[in-house]
Amino acid sequence: MKFQFENLTDFLQMSGHGPYVWACYALTAACLIYLCVSPLSKRRKLMAELKRQARITEHELRQQTAQSQSVKN
Amino acid sequence: MGWQWFHRLGSPRWFYEKTSAWIPWLAVLSAALLITGAVWGLAFAPADMKQGNSYRIIYLHVPAAFLALAGYYIMAVSGAIGLIWKMKLADMVMKCAAPIGAVLTFVALFTGAVWGKPTWGTWWVWDARITSMLILFFLYLGVIALQEAYQHQDTANKASAILALVGTVNIPIIYKSVDWWYTLHQPATIKFTSESTIHPSMLYPLLVMVIGFYVFYALVLLLRTRTEILAREKKTRWVRELAVNNGASNERGQA
Repeated sequence: MKFQFENLTDFLQMSGHGPYVWACYALTAACLIYLCVSPLSKRRKLMAELKRQARITEHELRQQTAQSQSVKN
Repeated sequence: MGWQWFHRLGSPRWFYEKTSAWIPWLAVLSAALLITGAVWGLAFAPADMKQGNSYRIIYLHVPAAFLALAGYYIMAVSGAIGLIWKMKLADMVMKCAAPIGAVLTFVALFTGAVWGKPTWGTWWVWDARITSMLILFFLYLGVIALQEAYQHQDTANKASAILALVGTVNIPIIYKSVDWWYTLHQPATIKFTSESTIHPSMLYPLLVMVIGFYVFYALVLLLRTRTEILAREKKTRWVRELAVNNGASNERGQA
């Protein structure tokens, strides 16, 4: 197995086919990265939202208990 | 006993917890395979005698097309399981398989068009293989659209499962199109029943890429399904606890 091109310029140009080949590799890489990132970012947003909700509920509960205690006093 | 796993699949939570450990393995394996295959195919596989270097697009075009078709089976079969056994998890897998399949079909069509330009002298022809792949793309888009079209998730699942099942008619047509209507697209070079018409020095990196795409597909389908599980079960206690603990562990990690 050996490197098929004479140098880096030759590798990038691929005797004229370079733009076609590299365009395909770039687009495919972008698509695959999108497929990985999109569910992860959706998940992160969802978890942040749920955490915020949990904090609000906790805060409300604490206020309620504080109010009921002040009423007793 | 033997069927216990099938009943457990009815529980999205069980599935979520079971698959957590698989994610890093799949990620590392797919990245390693895809990088190895791409470098091998781009730099070390010999140039094609007739097509020169443009043939190097095969290392993306063929695996993407394979997975576009395999992904359709996965979508249709899980749609059928959801229809028959009313299994929530199967409906989620069907929904999540649709956008992944659409992206992969788009990759296959795009790389095919770009490969066609230097090889055939045209970006596009209404050849049977290319047209049936375009129909596959629209079938995926149809499933995505139906998922969004209904207020009720159950109705959306039923409608898109039926579309996915009807659309399977297209799959054998795609496979056989290069033999039935032999016009511009070349017939398959990898054959399971007879000798492949591709030299081993070009075949091995292609096989690495195909396996890499399969593992990658498993990874992204799992990622998507797991996110879908969290989104649909967000009112349940276990997801709420997961969200709170998840944040806590992140803060600890930063501190």
